[in-house]
Amino acid sequence: MNAASFIPLLLALVLSPLMPGVINRTKALFAGRRGPPLLQTYFDLWKLLQKGAVYSRTTSWLFRAGPIIGLAAALMAATLMPLGHLPALIAFPADFLLFAGLLGLMRFFTVVAALDTGSSFEGMGASREVFFSALTEPALFVALLTLARQTNSLSLSTMFASSNWLSSSIPALVPVLALAVIALMIVLLAENARIPVDDPNTHLELTMIHEVMVLDHGGPDFAFILYGAALKFWLFAALIVGMVLPETGNVWLNLSLAVGGMLLVAVIVGVIESIMARLRLVVVPQLLVGAGALATMAFLLSLSLK
Amino acid sequence: MTMLLFAMAALLAGAVAVLLLSRVGRNFSWLGAGAVVVASVLGCIPAVHVLLGGPVEQFRFPWPVPFGEFFIELDPLSAWFLLPTLLLSALAAIYGIGYLRPWQDRRFLGPVWFFYLLLVLGMMLVLLARNAVLFLFAWELMAVSSFFLVTFEHERQSVREAGWIYFVATHLGTAFLLAFFLLLARETGSMDFDVWAAKGILTDGLASVLFLLAIVGFGAKAGFMPLHVWLPEAHPAAPSHVSALMSGVMIKTGIYGLMRAFTFLGTPPLWWGWLLIGIGLTSGVLGVLFALAQHDLKRLLAYHSVENIGIIALGLGVGLLGMNTSSPMLMILGFGGALLHVVNHALFKGLLFLGAGAVAHGTGTREIDHLGGLLKRMPWTAAAFLIGAVAISGLPPLNGFVSEFLIFFGAFKGGVSTGGEIAVPLLALIAGLALIGGLAVACFTKAFGIVFLGEPRSEHVSRAHETGWTMRLPMLLLAAGCICIGLLAPIVVGALQTVLEAVTAQQSEIVGKNLADATGPLTFVTIGALAFLLLAAILILLRRRLLANRRVDESLTWGCGYPQPTARVQYTASSFAQPLTDLFRPLLGTKKILSLPRGLFPPAAALKTETPDLSREEMYRPMFERAGAWLSRLRWLQQGKVQLYVLYIAVTLLLLLAWKFQIWKP
Repeated sequence: MNAASFIPLLLALVLSPLMPGVINRTKALFAGRRGPPLLQTYFDLWKLLQKGAVYSRTTSWLFRAGPIIGLAAALMAATLMPLGHLPALIAFPADFLLFAGLLGLMRFFTVVAALDTGSSFEGMGASREVFFSALTEPALFVALLTLARQTNSLSLSTMFASSNWLSSSIPALVPVLALAVIALMIVLLAENARIPVDDPNTHLELTMIHEVMVLDHGGPDFAFILYGAALKFWLFAALIVGMVLPETGNVWLNLSLAVGGMLLVAVIVGVIESIMARLRLVVVPQLLVGAGALATMAFLLSLSLK
Repeated sequence: MTMLLFAMAALLAGAVAVLLLSRVGRNFSWLGAGAVVVASVLGCIPAVHVLLGGPVEQFRFPWPVPFGEFFIELDPLSAWFLLPTLLLSALAAIYGIGYLRPWQDRRFLGPVWFFYLLLVLGMMLVLLARNAVLFLFAWELMAVSSFFLVTFEHERQSVREAGWIYFVATHLGTAFLLAFFLLLARETGSMDFDVWAAKGILTDGLASVLFLLAIVGFGAKAGFMPLHVWLPEAHPAAPSHVSALMSGVMIKTGIYGLMRAFTFLGTPPLWWGWLLIGIGLTSGVLGVLFALAQHDLKRLLAYHSVENIGIIALGLGVGLLGMNTSSPMLMILGFGGALLHVVNHALFKGLLFLGAGAVAHGTGTREIDHLGGLLKRMPWTAAAFLIGAVAISGLPPLNGFVSEFLIFFGAFKGGVSTGGEIAVPLLALIAGLALIGGLAVACFTKAFGIVFLGEPRSEHVSRAHETGWTMRLPMLLLAAGCICIGLLAPIVVGALQTVLEAVTAQQSEIVGKNLADATGPLTFVTIGALAFLLLAAILILLRRRLLANRRVDESLTWGCGYPQPTARVQYTASSFAQPLTDLFRPLLGTKKILSLPRGLFPPAAALKTETPDLSREEMYRPMFERAGAWLSRLRWLQQGKVQLYVLYIAVTLLLLLAWKFQIWKP
């Protein structure tokens, strides 16, 4: 651990609320609108933190614990994520297991907090959340296994430090990388409640997944949830950027490339949201299982390389 | 060793005393529970001593049974299984005092305590026995006493049926074990485990036959799919403290037997590892899927035992792959993960069954869809159940994460460094275990969320009350155990040293080095867990600070502006699980009975779903029906007259004598 390893964490803490802004701006551009300001999420967070709170009489302490545990888990996960060839604050072999576990904990408590309200809408969202996330988990783990095998290391920080695939002399690596990245991209879309899995902008409770689970939260609680969700998006984007980012040899160039890559992921998500509709709920599992199959293919291909 | 003998004596004396005294007319629950606690304390001391590197002790005593000898030994493997067995037995016994109180006035509790003590004694003996005859005797003691416990409420038809299925299943398993032991004895000319371990099996073919016999025989007890059929019947039927004991530790004797058998069978071929990983994935994924589809809380937990046995089998599979390729890393992480999961599952499944018992005790129902909002009425039970639910889902910072971490870690390390024949099953393991984890989260958010959160769904809940301290204390201690193993992971994993030396037959430096590879990351996990708790505390203070001088109101749950919500609009357990059960319908065979609303003024509509056990319906029922039809031709033998049976015995003896003298030889 050195001073530089604080940089990925600091960037995540400061810049993650920018990502929804970039996505929304991209979508506005496609639709010919001006769109909300890039910094809208920061304004929202600031506004929510000034507010009081309203709690449903049905709820218990668990409803209040949900946002706290969710944000604490997301913050902890952020300490494990490297960026721009700088190691994460905490790095150890198989740290991605803790990373995935923390995100699982966040999900568990978001879901039980939703069930605590006794609302059928939130129950519906909770049910779909656990449904889809159970199917994304294998894709995430197999993609990570592929990456670990290719880089021969088991920590996110060393994996990304040694992943220099774009400049590699083995052309067969490119399909492996491409398959793994596509799988992770689908995981990102599903885990962060984006189109084509979930529509964050719908106005109907019936059609939402993540947004409907947090309907009853308000004030500082909702600020925690919003910030936690932004962090989660940032972390998954960092996973993808870390896989493809070339090592330039210059720390500052690496970092600015990484931040640029993160913005690019947000733009890509915005583009996907602009040119696609949300899939029907029964079709989503096919997409997620497909992601798992792509990751498996990537691993089997990588078997032949080593 | 003296302490262990005293522990067994305490159990036996307690069993006899409680049976005799209960006839006097008063109930002596405290005496039964006291005997178990004393035995537990007496037994844990030598077990800890052996695990910390103390000498392995033996005790031999001639026993007038052909080929039998009272030969017991406490080695690290036995000690590792003995610890959770004794701890959970004691806690479940304390819980039993309170749990059985409602029956106190209606019936004698003597027999139930008698069989409970015998069950504990049987499990102890199974873990300690080193003579095949003694082992089978203990195995039967365990099976029969637990049968009588399962049929505690024998006045109910469903309970009798469950008991019968359990009885048949466990004895079919024993038949395979009998064949296993007889083959081994014929091969080595001895009934002693230490001779078998020293000689080993040299022919590959015989070793594989023995391996398969052990998988079926021990797997029937452990609950490998599709040998699991008795679990979802027997666990819900038994009193909850007995379910906790059976699911938490009794089924683990199957895992113990399997691991003991590995020490007799020499170097495993590759397919053994593949097979165990296949069994693990089948049991794990199907176990959790069937659990998701259940409406009965205890049945749901029973299917989760199948899932967790699957996870243990995955660990064993990794270990076998390691033995095959002589890779200490795979052996130690695989077997280590499996062994730790045995303990962890004893803690959280014990806890969850006790919690389910408290719910059934308080509300009078186990039907998940009739419950709801119990958190406010049973705060302690709810908190303990929540900890168990997070732990069984394999999430940090609790103990389930640690053992799954070891198995995952072994699989990732192997998947990175080995060739295809090892890496491909490990790939399947990683994908499967990830899926199992995700589905377990789905299942336990359902179980906890529907039972304890929201609004009460029926009047059962209004009767609910928090349990007394005899029932609460064991749950809280088990919850504390889940937290401690989660936070002290490096120390607990370090304690696997001696038992892994015994299982893998590796030198202690090699085991130590590989364990250190695992405890290093786990130290970071502990740091991460503590930092997480600190962050959560900071956020709690931050919110309190922010809300200090602001308006905090209470209101209705948002229902799109509808101000008169009723509890009936809530999501139910069935609707919560519906997307997943629909997706996996080909595997589950869920039946839907739907009566749609018709006409302009429709009367009540109804939807009923039920998920009977697929292997029971499709495999065992036809098989047993056919066998029954065929065997009914022999029914004329059964006349129900004692004289006739005596005659049968006499005729059989005569025939045996004729065979003995070989009268057909010149």
